[in-house]
Amino acid sequence: MKKTGLSKTTRSNFITYGIVIVLAAIMYILQLTGILSSSMQGFLVPMCIYVIMAVSLNLVVGILGELSLGHAGFMCVGAYTSAIFSKCMESTLTFAPLRFGIAILIGAACAAIFGMLIGIPVLRLKGDYLAIVTLAFGEIIKNICNVINLGLDSEGFHLSLKNSTELGLAEDGMIIIKGAQGISGTPKDSNFLIGVVLVLVTLFVVLNLINSRDGRAIMSIRDNRIAAESIGINITKYKLMVFTISAAFAGVAGALYSHNFATLTATGDKFNYNASIMILVYVVLGGIGNIRGSVIATIILYILPEKLRFLSDYRMLVYAIVLIIVMLYNWSPKMKEYRAIAKAKIKERFGRKKEEKAV
Amino acid sequence: MTNMLEVSNLSISFGGLKAVNDFSMTIKKGQLYGLIGPNGAGKTTVFNLLTGVYKADKGKIILDGKSLLGLNTIEINKAGIARTFQNIRLFKELSVIDNVKVGLHNHHKYSTLEGVLRLPRFFKVEKEMQERAMDLLRVMGLDGEANVIAANLPYGKQRKLEIARALATNPKLLLLDEPAAGMNPNETEELMETIRFVRDRFDMTILLIEHDMRLVGGICEEITVLNFGQVLTQGVTSEVLNDPQVITAYLGE
Repeated sequence: MKKTGLSKTTRSNFITYGIVIVLAAIMYILQLTGILSSSMQGFLVPMCIYVIMAVSLNLVVGILGELSLGHAGFMCVGAYTSAIFSKCMESTLTFAPLRFGIAILIGAACAAIFGMLIGIPVLRLKGDYLAIVTLAFGEIIKNICNVINLGLDSEGFHLSLKNSTELGLAEDGMIIIKGAQGISGTPKDSNFLIGVVLVLVTLFVVLNLINSRDGRAIMSIRDNRIAAESIGINITKYKLMVFTISAAFAGVAGALYSHNFATLTATGDKFNYNASIMILVYVVLGGIGNIRGSVIATIILYILPEKLRFLSDYRMLVYAIVLIIVMLYNWSPKMKEYRAIAKAKIKERFGRKKEEKAV
Repeated sequence: MTNMLEVSNLSISFGGLKAVNDFSMTIKKGQLYGLIGPNGAGKTTVFNLLTGVYKADKGKIILDGKSLLGLNTIEINKAGIARTFQNIRLFKELSVIDNVKVGLHNHHKYSTLEGVLRLPRFFKVEKEMQERAMDLLRVMGLDGEANVIAANLPYGKQRKLEIARALATNPKLLLLDEPAAGMNPNETEELMETIRFVRDRFDMTILLIEHDMRLVGGICEEITVLNFGQVLTQGVTSEVLNDPQVITAYLGE
């Protein structure tokens, strides 16, 4: 009785890792054998990025129970800071894996700092108000990134908010960020394998955090703040912790993003409000607080719009309808019942096999 | 017998309303103490003052020789006061045993890093927590439902789980806010047994708010009657309950 409680969650975690590894292996083999179309190959790394984003957002939304609409902002911070590092060090640090590793850590650390900063008002705000603040934060970050000009020469860094000629760079200078044109020429260090490893790291940290003493404390705050406080749970500490960790992983996803594409800009819809909402959609459809659900929902919902391309103009219409249908039926009592029955059947079959083996 | 809790001249007002006015009370170690009074008399406000939810305008609170004034809820819990709530406040989506484990949070520690990396200390401390939590559940008769989600427990057991969770923080003084509210006579009977048992088993001092006079008369050794935020009378239960003043306060002239 005692043991099953612990091993049940461990087993569930391993199933989640297993799903990711198996899917990754299938994709990898398809890629090697050339069955995968080149456009699908291009989706592999972004898929890893959004899985990391969804899992880390689920930590805030599902486990801590606070609505955050600025998750893409943290990704933006991670993308820019890591890209700046890589550009600066490209010539001095030629060993790509090490350089990318440090870039990821820098992206995570910078995003974490921003996560902590945004976590401070969170301690005073709840629900809708918090959602508005995080939304505004995401937009502010995006807009700042759009106007920044940064250059590097022998005298050091030059910063301007007007344009790149204002930087006054020396002859040997290099423009790193060129306003709305962003950062170009970041070394392409990302690949699918690194993406999968980072997904697994994210899952490992998030799942282990949830199933530990700290995770229970975080969930107790979600379920009843007053009661949690009355038994001595430090609410301030845990809220800040969750926001910081979640932002750090968004930073990791950002680093993966900026090293996957030749140019990085904050224009368009990669880091804006829509991107945050899209990630939230993955989280909600996968089940709030359900980490494995986030992974599966992200993979399916990320590919779906691309697979619907043959519908041309009606693509997003069909996508929206699919979202509504999934939302209505995925967590309906009838569906839960079916899932329970299916689970029991699988268990029965496996159980029988085990027994046969034992005989 | 030494005093566990000494409250003197405690007052708080909300706007012009003196919710609690000049409230004094002394509870001895190991005592079962009742706080009664008509609706709106300020009983729960006293609890909220004792646990630091509200800050008193004036007065002193001394727990086992230490002043609790100016401490926040978390510090007061660490100093040794745990409570249950009038309207049950469980961690509904956590399992029964996890509810108790959250209560053990400050007594069985490992760092976040040890938890995330699953270092040996994680397994050692988690095992201790599991054993301690199961002990507490066994005492409260909830060990059969350890892995049930707390929201799915029947009402009476939810009350018991709240007590188990409070006990997990290893308090010196346990505050129970209307533990028998919404219970039928059989459940109340069982609850009285449980409260007595907890007191004897853990050598606990218990202060409870209750409307059920059978429960109060049955288990409390001393009581304080509160009316309009002021102490009406206090003393040995049987005497206080027969005081005409108390009867008037409850039933009117």
